[in-house]
Amino acid sequence: MSQTIPAIGRWSDLANPTRFVGFANAVVPWLAAITAAVLALGIWMAFAAPEDYQQGITVRIMYIHVPFAWLAMMCYSIMSMSAIGTLVWRHPLADVALKAAAPIGAMFTVLCLITGSIWGKPMWGTWWVWDARLTSVFILFLMYLGLIALTRALDDPGRSARAAAIVTLVGFINIPIIKFSVDWWNTLHQPASVIRLDGPTIHPTMLWPLLICALGFSLLFFTLHLMAIRTEIWRRRVTAMRRISARRADAGVA
Amino acid sequence: MSHELFVAAAYGISALGILGLVAWNLIDQRARKAELADLEARGLRRRSDRADTGNR
Repeated sequence: MSQTIPAIGRWSDLANPTRFVGFANAVVPWLAAITAAVLALGIWMAFAAPEDYQQGITVRIMYIHVPFAWLAMMCYSIMSMSAIGTLVWRHPLADVALKAAAPIGAMFTVLCLITGSIWGKPMWGTWWVWDARLTSVFILFLMYLGLIALTRALDDPGRSARAAAIVTLVGFINIPIIKFSVDWWNTLHQPASVIRLDGPTIHPTMLWPLLICALGFSLLFFTLHLMAIRTEIWRRRVTAMRRISARRADAGVA
Repeated sequence: MSHELFVAAAYGISALGILGLVAWNLIDQRARKAELADLEARGLRRRSDRADTGNR
């Protein structure tokens, strides 16, 4: 018990924006360097891996498409946890984290859709079908766009925080729908082959590059998210300082 | 079209998208830093600045 108290203390320290900026300043350069190294290794492994007996060379698209899809869902899950932080603890950093994550999640989602489409043309014979998996991921992309607009719609971030948190939580229903869409409905998209109860069905020569790529893109997400949170803290400081300055100027004139 | 082209397109577009995202983050970060430095140069401080030490 005595060991948990300092740990909780450190976590609540990070909830202080100034301490968070200090933490991000210390961590971001290292995280960026590790991200670059792991991504370089992952992409190299992806091109060194054997071609698939059915898909041929196009299997290489899988090494980026699948991590993009995982991250699109992970980013939304992190935003949903942040939304709970906003609604339950009313912590301003939770809202900052939600707002900062939305554009990153949108980019991963659109890249997932584009790379999937580019793979679909030679393998399925079509760029796009409205099956349950593709449609639910497209809806996720639209939700990201809506949340980007909502978190930037009002001048006062405190007012948009609550609305954005509620919309994010309502939209979380889409995440299990995306994950299980391939089991619940008859989709052109293939069912899960990595995260499944009976273990992965991919051969290790292809599974390892995929996992390293996924780790690299996850590290990229955390690096960008930390940077974006720090930038958003600065943006809010600038707004607050300008407000104080304007108030002082008004008082001076009066 | 050969399949190499599809792979190149997928990796090319992804690289563009991710580099764009990184660049946008860096540009946004630099602009906010400059604004803060400008405000501080004009002698503006936040109410909580007394507690701050260096970690801007």
